[in-house]
Amino acid sequence: MKHLRSIGELGVDGIVHVLRIARHMDSVNARPVPKVPALVGRTVVSLFFEDSTRTRISFETAARRLSADAVNFSVSTSSLNKGESLRDTIETVSAMGVSAFVVRHRTSGVPWQLSEWTDASIVNAGDGWHQHPTQALLDCYTILDRRGLEASPTCLAGLRIAIVGDSRHSRVARSCAEAFTGLGAEVVLVGPRTLLPPDASAWSVGVSESLDDVLPEVDVVYMLRMQRERMNEALVPHLGEYSSRFGLDERRWARTRPDTLLMHPGPMNRGVEMLMDPSTTSRSAILYQVRNGISVRMAVLFDLLGAPGEAVPS
Amino acid sequence: MTRDPAAAGGESAHTDTVHVLRSDDLARAITRISHEIIERNRGLDGVVLIGLQRGGVWLAERLAASLARIEGVAPPCGELDVSLHRDDIGLRPVTPVSLTRIPVDLSGARVVLVDDVLYTGRTVRAALDALNQYGRPAQVQLAVLVDRGHRELPIRPDYVGKNLPTSTDEDVVATGDGVVLRRGGGR
Repeated sequence: MKHLRSIGELGVDGIVHVLRIARHMDSVNARPVPKVPALVGRTVVSLFFEDSTRTRISFETAARRLSADAVNFSVSTSSLNKGESLRDTIETVSAMGVSAFVVRHRTSGVPWQLSEWTDASIVNAGDGWHQHPTQALLDCYTILDRRGLEASPTCLAGLRIAIVGDSRHSRVARSCAEAFTGLGAEVVLVGPRTLLPPDASAWSVGVSESLDDVLPEVDVVYMLRMQRERMNEALVPHLGEYSSRFGLDERRWARTRPDTLLMHPGPMNRGVEMLMDPSTTSRSAILYQVRNGISVRMAVLFDLLGAPGEAVPS
Repeated sequence: MTRDPAAAGGESAHTDTVHVLRSDDLARAITRISHEIIERNRGLDGVVLIGLQRGGVWLAERLAASLARIEGVAPPCGELDVSLHRDDIGLRPVTPVSLTRIPVDLSGARVVLVDDVLYTGRTVRAALDALNQYGRPAQVQLAVLVDRGHRELPIRPDYVGKNLPTSTDEDVVATGDGVVLRRGGGR
């Protein structure tokens, strides 16, 4: 594998491969010294054109635990602000000897464009509404981990997963739905019609406009972040109305099965989609998602940069 | 050493398979190595066996059982995966999937690394590197079932089941049932 730009590019076998390596990386992270020399000499540059704390730190921690050099390219203080084009910036940084770029951009497709301009591996850390593949991988890993399952091409078969919120504008929902269904899960998108994707049938998922109907029937409740800017686009009449129909509170949570998991990709909007304190339920997997993110990103970086012929930048 | 093409589980006649150790030879070698470990360490005080993933794990367990029969108490026995410490990452495919389990703090311990076949020595070098993360052993020793030569690093075993001169196009396969040498395998 040269790049990780989308779940589709990885494929089901690729997902399983990464999840298996991630399990090994989990054991590395449990060691007294959670650091191995596997990727010594490689340089991983994070290039975030959109704000992010957890994803960027997660990738940088993953790179460092594999002994790669992690460099943060600070877009706000870069020559991009002096009018340098994205292409010139990438070619300049590449010339310094970069093994991989971890990129987040508000425009869909940017990771593919970048891979035309550099020999380095590209890891998509979020492009527009399109994809966020490492989030989907860490979510798959977290479900397996919490359920005590082993990775396989059908490891999520028999599980029903509700993805609740603005799936239409969500790269997390797109990537997760693709990965979950690829591994055999049944996915239902829940939200008001204005926030459901118009092409949901092409996602091989079900849709529902009633959280209350869906809650008692699912094994995982995956809450999406409700982006406040959607209010300006008049897709939701009122945040309070959204919360009352699709927010998760104690009363709704009590109607789930005794083994249903609660997940959220963060950052949470307390008082909007999350009306309860998730730390009050032992079935919240939210902090496990964050922790597993490091192991999964280590697996991705190792798979990209530890393969023969991919090691040394030209 | 007997030459017996048919004995290695239905090998076709043109594959040259040599039985190096049969299962009773293997049991005797394990018993002898056990006595040598006890002799050199004057008992089992502080001794920890660490099998290298994957071929060394079964051997470490057999050795631990054998030591328990002789001394009446089994030494702690762990397993170590060294794939992320290898020096050939980027040169050949490395897929880290085996787990590491070190049951005790290794600081001050007398660690016996256990592997089935000693060849270039690069796995052992990686293991010495990986061990550092679990404490500072007082001493590290190396036990192998087969030493097949062709070392690329200055590493020598302390306990050897069998010294076996090989060529690089041969393959040494060690299991709990014995050790066979195959032509046309290797690297």
